[in-house]
This record gives sequence, C-alpha cells and structure tokens, in this order.
Amino acid sequence: MKLRRDVFQAIADPTRRTIITLVAFNAMTPTAIAENFDYSRQTISKHIQILTECEILEQEQKGREIYYQLNPKGMEEIANFIEPFRKLWDDRFNKLESIMKNYPKKHPNGI
Amino acid sequence: MEYKTNVIAEEGKQEILITREFDLPVELLFKAYKEPEIIEQWMGTKVLKFQWQKHGSYRFETTDSQGNKHGFNGVIHDYISNQKIVRTFEMEGMSFGVQLEVYEFEKLTENTSKLKQQIIYQSVEHRNQNLKLPFKQGINWAHNQLEKIFTN
Repeated sequence: MKLRRDVFQAIADPTRRTIITLVAFNAMTPTAIAENFDYSRQTISKHIQILTECEILEQEQKGREIYYQLNPKGMEEIANFIEPFRKLWDDRFNKLESIMKNYPKKHPNGI
Repeated sequence: MEYKTNVIAEEGKQEILITREFDLPVELLFKAYKEPEIIEQWMGTKVLKFQWQKHGSYRFETTDSQGNKHGFNGVIHDYISNQKIVRTFEMEGMSFGVQLEVYEFEKLTENTSKLKQQIIYQSVEHRNQNLKLPFKQGINWAHNQLEKIFTN
C-alpha cells in the first residue's frame, strides 16, 4: 500500500521532530544532520525523504552540496490544528456531493 | 491543499461554524441529511435508529479499525424541508458533552447550494476538545502507520 504523506506523519516521529528543530536554525546538509544522531546515515536519509515528501523540508543546491531547510508553508499547516477538523468535514462533504450527484441517475423517477 | 469547506472557530467562543457550497440542487443536499441509507454512505456509519420527525430521535454506530463500536445519538428538534434542521448530537461514553447543531440550507442556483452548519457546545473547553479530536486522531494514525513501517 502506498502511504499518503501528510504533515502529521512528519511530526509523529521523535527523530523527525529533532530534525525539524535542527534545520529550524540553519540550512543543513544530510551529513551534518546525520552527525547529530547515532542512527545510520541511511535511516536519517529516509527521515529526510519523508519530511521532504510531506513538504516540511525543502532542498537547496549550494555548489556541490544539497542543503535542507524548513518550508514555512508546511510548518504553518502543523501549527494550525483546525486543519484536520476541516479536512475531516471536507472529505465527508466531498463524499456526500459525489453520492448525490449520482442519485438522479440511480433514481430516474424523481427525488 | 485546497478545501471547499470553511471552518470558523473564533477564540473564546463555544461554537464552530462550518460552511460549504455544493454542486447540487438544495433538494438533493437536504435529502442527504434525511435519508438513513444516504447518511450511512457519506458519514461512514451505521444508522440504527432514525425518526425523521419533530422531536424524533436517532442513533448511529461506527466500528473503528480495531473493531471497537462507538455510539452517537441525538434528537431532531425541528426541521423545515430544504431550509433548516435543528438537532442535538452526543458521543456516547465520552466526555465531550451534548452539542446543538443548526443546519441552514440555501439554494444558490438551480444546481448549486450552500450549507451553513453551526455547532454549539456546552463550553469553550468542550468546543476545543472536539475541535482537536481529528488532530489527535491524525497524530495517532500517523504513529501507528510509522510503527508498521519500521517494524516490518
């Protein structure tokens, strides 16, 4: 199953929360980020990849190095706890709308 | 992410206002709230009881991914077809209190309509608790998914 990536996935993990805190101050290379952890470089790369897919981190190429920094828009979404509530209702209403759009076709004798 | 739904929860108020425009005639939108079979489909719940009348009561039941059942119930205080529904809503066995819900349906054009859903809670604390529920569930969900990934 392909997982849907969202900001809540990003902040659910303590390592990723630490990475967010680290790059909040300075843009950092993956090597510099990995130096702060006892995990393998691969594990940290995976976390960085998830954070990037969730649009919490953004990449910037400086010379031969890739730097990661915070994407302020992604962080805004985390700060706003109303968004999941809104998404819940939006999903429900989208479903309602698509069900009712098909209703006349399924019930040709009228509403 | 673009949402068609707007949520207004003013600081210090014990209500939430949800508005949304639909590409549906108002009659079809209203119908989605009064037919138990349709409610089951879009709310993702079982409808155990639904008395569509003034002072009629209703009861829903959902089953979560762990197989636990959750009950919800309330009373339809009153309604005006294609215009308004006033009802109560309560999550059973939870400390979220009873909420009063006022639904206003408005015809925009022949094929579009607008819903204004006002939810009034017992207190500001009750409202905030309810508002944060999907946020907490989102985090729990994410946590469980991650545990699955990293334990596999």
